[in-house]
Amino acid sequence: MMPRAKLKARKVEAAEALVGARPLPESNVWMRRAREAAHARVLDMGLPTKRDEYWRFTDPRRLTAAEAEAGKLHDTQGEAPVFDAFDRLKIVFTNGVFDAEASDALEMDGVEIAPLAEAAAADLHWARDIYGVLEQRGQNPVERPLASLNTAYAREGMFIRVTGNPERPISLIYNRSAEDGDAIVHHVIRVEAGAEVTILENGPVAARFNQVMEADIAEGATLHHIRAQGRDHERAGTAHLFARLGAEAQLKSFTLTANGSLIRNEAVIWLDGADGSAHIAGATVGDGAFHHDDTVFINHAAPRCESRQVFKKVLRHGAVGVFQGKILVDQVAQLTDGYQISQALLLDEDAQFLAKPELEIYADDVQCSHGSTSGEIDKSQLFYLRTRGVAEDEAKLLLVLAFLAEALEEIADQGFADDLRDRLEAWLKRRG
Amino acid sequence: MLEIKNLHCELEEDSEVKILNGLSLTVNPGEVHAIMGPNGSGKSTLSYVLSGRDGYEVTEGSATLEGADLLDMEPEERAAAGLFLAFQYPVEIPGVGNMTFLRTAVNAQRKARGMEELSAGEFLKLVRAKAKELQIDPDMLKRPVNVGFSGGEKKRNEILQMAMLEPKMCILDETDSGLDVDAMKLVSDGVNALRDAERSFLVITHYQRLLNHIKPDVVHIMSEGRIIKTGGPELALEVEENGYGDLLAEAQA
Repeated sequence: MMPRAKLKARKVEAAEALVGARPLPESNVWMRRAREAAHARVLDMGLPTKRDEYWRFTDPRRLTAAEAEAGKLHDTQGEAPVFDAFDRLKIVFTNGVFDAEASDALEMDGVEIAPLAEAAAADLHWARDIYGVLEQRGQNPVERPLASLNTAYAREGMFIRVTGNPERPISLIYNRSAEDGDAIVHHVIRVEAGAEVTILENGPVAARFNQVMEADIAEGATLHHIRAQGRDHERAGTAHLFARLGAEAQLKSFTLTANGSLIRNEAVIWLDGADGSAHIAGATVGDGAFHHDDTVFINHAAPRCESRQVFKKVLRHGAVGVFQGKILVDQVAQLTDGYQISQALLLDEDAQFLAKPELEIYADDVQCSHGSTSGEIDKSQLFYLRTRGVAEDEAKLLLVLAFLAEALEEIADQGFADDLRDRLEAWLKRRG
Repeated sequence: MLEIKNLHCELEEDSEVKILNGLSLTVNPGEVHAIMGPNGSGKSTLSYVLSGRDGYEVTEGSATLEGADLLDMEPEERAAAGLFLAFQYPVEIPGVGNMTFLRTAVNAQRKARGMEELSAGEFLKLVRAKAKELQIDPDMLKRPVNVGFSGGEKKRNEILQMAMLEPKMCILDETDSGLDVDAMKLVSDGVNALRDAERSFLVITHYQRLLNHIKPDVVHIMSEGRIIKTGGPELALEVEENGYGDLLAEAQA
C-alpha cells in the first residue's frame, strides 16, 4: 500500500497539473473570492483517486482526466423527452451552455431567476451566502474536490430565488448535440420561508459533466427536486446536491438514472432546524457497461427531524451499482427518525452491487434503521403471475417495476411519478 | 376435461425423491372431484406439477386438458388453456397493485384466447361486481397483491381471480386452510357460484368440512403419490370418522 503522505502528494500534483495554471472565469468581487477559495481547496485537497476510501467502489479517473472522452449521441427515434407533457417554465442548456433562444422568459410570479453569468456580474446578496458556501461546508467529513472544481470554474447555471409558490415547475433541460466536450454547471437555489417549488432536471448534458446544485431551504419551505438522467449511454459525470434545511423545511429529491457509463451522484444534506424532513431517493436501471454510484450524507443537526433514503437499482450484463449512504446524528438531534434502504435487483450473475451503509449516532433518543439487499427476481412471485396467464417476460417486467416502485413513491406528484415509471417501463421493454 | 394417466414425478434436484408414483385420474366436464390424503401424500405436488412449477421432473405418464398435453406447456399457456390453481399460500407481491395485477392477468388471457382486451371501464365494472359478491372490500383491490391480507382475504382474493379469469378446470389447493367458519362459507359460496356444466373442479383438502360446503361428485384418497381409493361423497365422511389408518392398511394389504 502506498503511504498516506505519498498518496496525498500525488493527488495534489494531479490537481496542480490540471488546474494550477487554468485561469478562473471573470466575475464580480464576491464570486471571484468564492472561486479563488474553491480553487485553493482543489489544490489543497488534490484530485480524488480510487485509492481514496471514499472512491473505493468507483474509479474517478474519467472524471479527473484533462480531456473528456467523446461518446456517441443516442438516437431518440422521435420519443418525446421526459416531462414533455407537463406545463413548466423551460430553461434550456445546450452542451452545458444556457440557450436563451430555446428557453422560456425567465419570469414567473413568486420566483426570481438569473443565469450564472448575470449573477456573477451583479451583487446578489442572497446568493453570496450560498454559492460555494454549502459546497465548502460539504468538504466535511469527506473531501469532495470535484465539487470545489465546479465552484471555481462553472460559467453556467441558474440562480433561483423562490419567494412564493410559483404555479409551474422550473424545468432545467440539458440538451446535447456535441459528441465531445465538458459541461460544468452550477445552480444556486434559495427557497424563502414558507415558499414551495418544484425543480425538474433532465437530459444528457454532455460527454462529461460536473454539476453542482446548492439549495438553501428556509423555515417551513419546500423543495421538490426531480431529476432524470438518461439518453446517451457513453457519458461520464458527477452531480452534487448540497442542501441546507431550516426548521420545518422539506426536501424531496428523486433521481432516475438510465444509461451512462460512469455516473456518480452525491447528496449532502444538513437538517439544521427542528422538525425538518429530507427524502432522497433514486431508481436506477443499468445494462452493460454501466457504472452508477449514489453517495449520500445526511446530517441530523437539530431535534425531531426525519430523513429517508430509498435507492433501488436494477442491473444486468456487467452493470455495476454502488451505494454509499451515511446518516450522522448530532448529539442535539434527539427524536431523530432516520431510514435508509438500498436494494439491487441483479438480473444475471454478471451484475454487481456494492453497498456501504453507515450510521453514526451521538444522540441517545433516536430511531434509525438501515438495510441493504441484493437479490434476483423472486421465483415464487414469477410463478404466481404466470399461473394467472401473464407471459414470463411481462411478469418479469411487472416485478422489476414493482421493485422500483418504493423509490418512485418518494415523488410527491403522481403525474411526474407516472411519467418516470412509464419511461422506466419503455426502457425495460426496449432492452428486452 | 382433465385426464391424468400413470403420472410419475420426482424432485428435479434429487431423483431419489419420488413424489408421484403412477397417479391416474379423470375429471369430466362439470364434475367436482376431491382429493384427500395424509400429509406428504403428494397432493400439493400434484397441483404444482399440473400448473407447471419448476423443480419437478415428470418421468412417466401424461396429463391432458381437453386433449391438450399440459406437461408440454409453459405455466401461462396452461392458464390460457383454462387451468387455474388457487394457491394454498397465495404469494405476496409488494409494489404490484391488486387491480393492476387482475387487469394484466385478465387481458393477457383474453389476448392468448384471441379476444379483445377489456377497456378500463368494462374491467372496473366487472371486478367491482365480482368483488362485491365475495364481500371483498374495495380497499383490498387498491392494495398490493396479497400484502397485509389476512388468511381469509388471501383466499377470497384467489376466488376473485378465478371468477375474473373464468377457467375451465379449477384446482383448489387446501383452500380451507387458515379459514374460520364464516370465511370458509364465503369462499365456498364463491366457488359454488362458478359451478356449471362446463367447468370442473379438483378440490384438494385435508378435511371433510370443506366438502360440506363444496359438494363433490367423486372423492379420491391419495397416499404415497397414488390414488388408493375412489368413491362418492360418503368416502370423505368415512375419513372424517375413522381417519386414514384403515384405508392405508387396506391399500397395503
